[in-house]
Amino acid sequence: MRTSILLLLLLASFTAVMASAQATSIPAASQIMPEDLVKRLKSSSPEAPLLFQVGSHVLYAQAHIPGSEYLGAASTPAGLDQLRKRVASLPKKQFIVLYCGCCPWTRCPNEKPALDALQSLGFTNVKVLYIADNFGTDWVNKGYPTAKGE
Amino acid sequence: MRLRPQIKWVIVLVFAIAVVAGFYALRRHAPQSGSASAKAKALAPDFTLPQLDGKQLTLSSYRGKVVLLDFWATWCFPCREETPHFVEMQQKYGDRGLQMIGVSMDDSPDPVRTFYQQFRMNYPVVMGTAATGEAYGGVLGLPIAFLIDRDGRIVSRHMGATDAAVFENEVQKLLATQ
Repeated sequence: MRTSILLLLLLASFTAVMASAQATSIPAASQIMPEDLVKRLKSSSPEAPLLFQVGSHVLYAQAHIPGSEYLGAASTPAGLDQLRKRVASLPKKQFIVLYCGCCPWTRCPNEKPALDALQSLGFTNVKVLYIADNFGTDWVNKGYPTAKGE
Repeated sequence: MRLRPQIKWVIVLVFAIAVVAGFYALRRHAPQSGSASAKAKALAPDFTLPQLDGKQLTLSSYRGKVVLLDFWATWCFPCREETPHFVEMQQKYGDRGLQMIGVSMDDSPDPVRTFYQQFRMNYPVVMGTAATGEAYGGVLGLPIAFLIDRDGRIVSRHMGATDAAVFENEVQKLLATQ
């Protein structure tokens, strides 16, 4: 019995360590890798996503994905309101990609609230761009398409 | 408590995997720090930006002090964790010539004012701009802190949440110089 409890405790600690190494609670099915998004943006696929930056405007003004729209930090009520207003008239099947890149993936406060908000509104085709450390390191420095300005 | 050999091996294996996974996790999101000591130190780009009370702050007016310039935002978790230590450092080393300066990357000063009160910040905070970020090589992730010596030159750059002891160690060394 004691052995079983010990093993369970060890497994629990192992699971906790692994969880800290993984992304936030955003499931893999809701994530899109930078390289995959780049391929999509370069392709002539009819299903081009709408790109929403849900982090900082100052960061957006320095560098953002071309064609993406700044909607505000989704960890704030103002940012969430802006997001809800922007999608109000969109079809629920609209392909939407959310991104931030302010902080490491596990610490980003904006992506999960934005995803939750869209899913609760009934959007079924929403992905979050997986940015491991920050937008500079994982997008700009890799030479992916970047624009600057308002 | 006696364990069967097989169980012992399972425990050892689980521990080993946990240690490796933990090390990997820490390495993966480790802050990126760089020292400029080995090469020519660049002059910190000067700026004049509004503080929360509307008064203008000019970085170069702090020449002669050791400046820790912190780019942050109120909603950034790692930034929030660093703030109490920066407050403590300003309190501890202010008399010896340390000047903390926060550059907020928030969209508006309102949440910054609230944060400033909540965290009892004791150093000036200015509202950052894209131009300021670009002048510092692009602030495309938070937090980023620059340690600037008394001559206004950048000594080190720390990207991501950085251990308090790292800042303290560097600040102490710079404060020892006149």
